[in-house]
Amino acid sequence: MSRISRGESFVDRLTPWLLPVSVLVLWEICTRVGLIEQRVLPAPSQVAVAFWENAKSGALAHHVMVSFNRAIVGLAIGGSIGFILGVLNGVSRPAEKLFDSGLQMLRNVPHLAIIPMVILWFGIDETAKIFLVAVGTMFPIYLNTFHGIRTVDRGLVEMAKVNGLGRFAIFWRVVLPGAMPSVLVGLRYALGIMWLTLIVAETISASSGIGYMTMNAREFLQTDVVVLGILVYALLGKAADFATKLIEHRVLAWHPAYHASGSVSA
Amino acid sequence: MLKRIDPRRDLVSADDAVSVAPVAQPTPLGKRLKLEGLKRSFGPRKVLDGLSLDVPAGQFVAIVGRSGVGKSTLMRLVVGLDQPEEGRVVIDGEPVKGLQSSVRLLFQDARLLPWHSVLSNVGIARTPGWREAAIEALSDVGLADRLNEWPAVLSGGQRQRVALARVLVGRPSVLLLDEPFGALDAMTRVEMHGLLERLWLQRKFTTLLITHDVAEAVALADRVIVIKDGRLTFDIDVAAERPRHRADPHLAALQDKILAEV
Repeated sequence: MSRISRGESFVDRLTPWLLPVSVLVLWEICTRVGLIEQRVLPAPSQVAVAFWENAKSGALAHHVMVSFNRAIVGLAIGGSIGFILGVLNGVSRPAEKLFDSGLQMLRNVPHLAIIPMVILWFGIDETAKIFLVAVGTMFPIYLNTFHGIRTVDRGLVEMAKVNGLGRFAIFWRVVLPGAMPSVLVGLRYALGIMWLTLIVAETISASSGIGYMTMNAREFLQTDVVVLGILVYALLGKAADFATKLIEHRVLAWHPAYHASGSVSA
Repeated sequence: MLKRIDPRRDLVSADDAVSVAPVAQPTPLGKRLKLEGLKRSFGPRKVLDGLSLDVPAGQFVAIVGRSGVGKSTLMRLVVGLDQPEEGRVVIDGEPVKGLQSSVRLLFQDARLLPWHSVLSNVGIARTPGWREAAIEALSDVGLADRLNEWPAVLSGGQRQRVALARVLVGRPSVLLLDEPFGALDAMTRVEMHGLLERLWLQRKFTTLLITHDVAEAVALADRVIVIKDGRLTFDIDVAAERPRHRADPHLAALQDKILAEV
């Protein structure tokens, strides 16, 4: 990351924080002087206290781990299925004929609409949440992988053929890397859907996780904990986005948008 | 810069010439290429209508013709990316079908894989010992110092030289060049001409060069043919000694003659 921030002055680096920090300060002042009732919105300092207490008791870490686990397992399952189907349909026309229209129909069902069915099938335990996350993350990855593979430069494939590469080598060295930028776009979409699905699923039915934590706090009018939960979701989302950026920098190091120096680092 | 475009020298450029290692004369690679009555149509349009051509081993043939007369289609048939409806391609007496390891095609655009380094692009076929072969080919085209770079940072001429190195690694008997210099600026073109001529003189692969630049054709080729309406309509030997001088009046006269036939 140092490569990106190099050359930015202190002021440049400070600028993005200007707005969020002023909002926080304003918010704190408004709640302190009573412009905003605490029942409506707790002061940032109260949220900080709630954070500290929950962190100290270990409750926060427990809920975050539970949610994180569900998210990752769901994404791994849904993402893999989406990726494999995308590759299969991208490479093979018969497979596309067989699967694509069916998948498109399924895709158009809002996956959160099947929550009642999911609860009937799996109850409210882990499987239900992981299933929902998997269904939600599968489609963006499927669509983008499929699209990425189909839009690989035909000229490059032809070049590889002429230079004696076999089908397998063409797939690994030409088609898959060519589809990668698109696959990663799919991954970023999927991450957004992953958190969204999890929030909804945990809010409706759960006995642990951040969604449960916030719903439980609502029962007791602990608005500070509710806001804390929302902030944790935001942070997790940001962390996921950061992780994909790291992956992009690594996988797409060749892409002019990601490299500054031009040399291939080992 | 001026001395670089001196046509009297077998040139890549002064500094490139230094970096080229003096190698022992390789054995001639060329094989006889015979095209027998090739026919190919797309829908109702007959692109090639019984085209025949006999190229002796190691000869450099330039193919000239207007756009859309089937020059590129011809290349695709010879390299095996496409099949003729009638006729056949014969290499050293053997009729061939499909992609051949002895035939290589250099496209108009370099077609480098952006996600591989220059070295990795040149050794794309990953044949045993590809690394050494790729380094050697890159130094042959004067790019030995760029092997660890991404293709995206190279200039058009450099990219085309990488593509040329990639073709050389395959040690082709028949080299097809589909307007490989068409997109380059004039100075880079002259550099590339010198480079190609030198490599061809060293290895003597049988060469078919498509071009619509008649000056390019007479500057490089042993023989120039004209394709019109899917057939070979004109065939002339270029007798001039090498290295050739661009200003040679004999070549200029020949150019006019060919232009009249295109």
